[in-house]
Amino acid sequence: MKCAVIVFPGSNCDRDLAVAFEAATGVKPVMVWHRDTQLPDGVDLIGVPGGFSYGDYLRSGAMAARSPVMQAVAEAASRGTNVLGICNGFQVLTETGLLPGALLRNAGGHFVCRDVALTVENAQSAFTSRYAAGEAITIPVAHHDGNYFADTQTLDRLEGEGRVAFRYGERVNGSMRNIAGILNESGNVLGMMPHPERVIEPAHGNTDGRRLFEGLVEGLLARA
Amino acid sequence: MKARVFVTLKGGVLDPQGRAIHHALEGLGFAGVNDVRAGKLIELDLADGTSDEDLDAMCRKLLANTVIENYRIEKVA
Repeated sequence: MKCAVIVFPGSNCDRDLAVAFEAATGVKPVMVWHRDTQLPDGVDLIGVPGGFSYGDYLRSGAMAARSPVMQAVAEAASRGTNVLGICNGFQVLTETGLLPGALLRNAGGHFVCRDVALTVENAQSAFTSRYAAGEAITIPVAHHDGNYFADTQTLDRLEGEGRVAFRYGERVNGSMRNIAGILNESGNVLGMMPHPERVIEPAHGNTDGRRLFEGLVEGLLARA
Repeated sequence: MKARVFVTLKGGVLDPQGRAIHHALEGLGFAGVNDVRAGKLIELDLADGTSDEDLDAMCRKLLANTVIENYRIEKVA
């Protein structure tokens, strides 16, 4: 099992994500700098972490999406490698075109930093297999640009293909259809605004995020 | 050669920044402001002979996210 966490200038959840990967796999992830053009050989899982890559210049995730390492991430994703983008990582994945739509400024104009209720919409994906469909979980968010936007056709397609992984159980940021996390067409790329890596230990007060990492690793081991 | 690229949010896209500016204008007592939309102006200093195709590609590949934004290029002599 080999995992990598991408690090951009301005990433700030990279170490938390590495801890979550290590807790689930027992192996320390390789931290890959944004200027690198290659990922470690045989990488099974790539994390694109939260933070404020490149200071959110131009648009959140816009500069990071054009950094050399993202070309390698896109190639790995097209070969079926699992890619998990959290918060700024989700913004980077939409800017890269690996996921459809865009994340706009929160409708209320405020940075939202609190626990939110989520519903697991698709419990069949590589990322959600340890949850039950329709299960209510609590995961914290911390973002200014989490307002998911896509045209009606794209939204209908996401819903029809079971690609909405998580939905907010309450109004959080104005996201269309309360979308909190989506999958790509082949189901190996997940982008989500909430931070599962922040709720993996009892000391965090909640462990609802832990099963995402455990399920992911379980699936990867079964496939290996 | 200089060019200015104006990036604006597409019609249906919510603009909380524009709305906040609108409220602030009303707070200052300016009546009759019907709507405010905020955008970006990006000024480029380009080598002479930069092609229109390249300039357009710069907008599509980086300066604007065409999922949510429109862009308009204005060449300045």
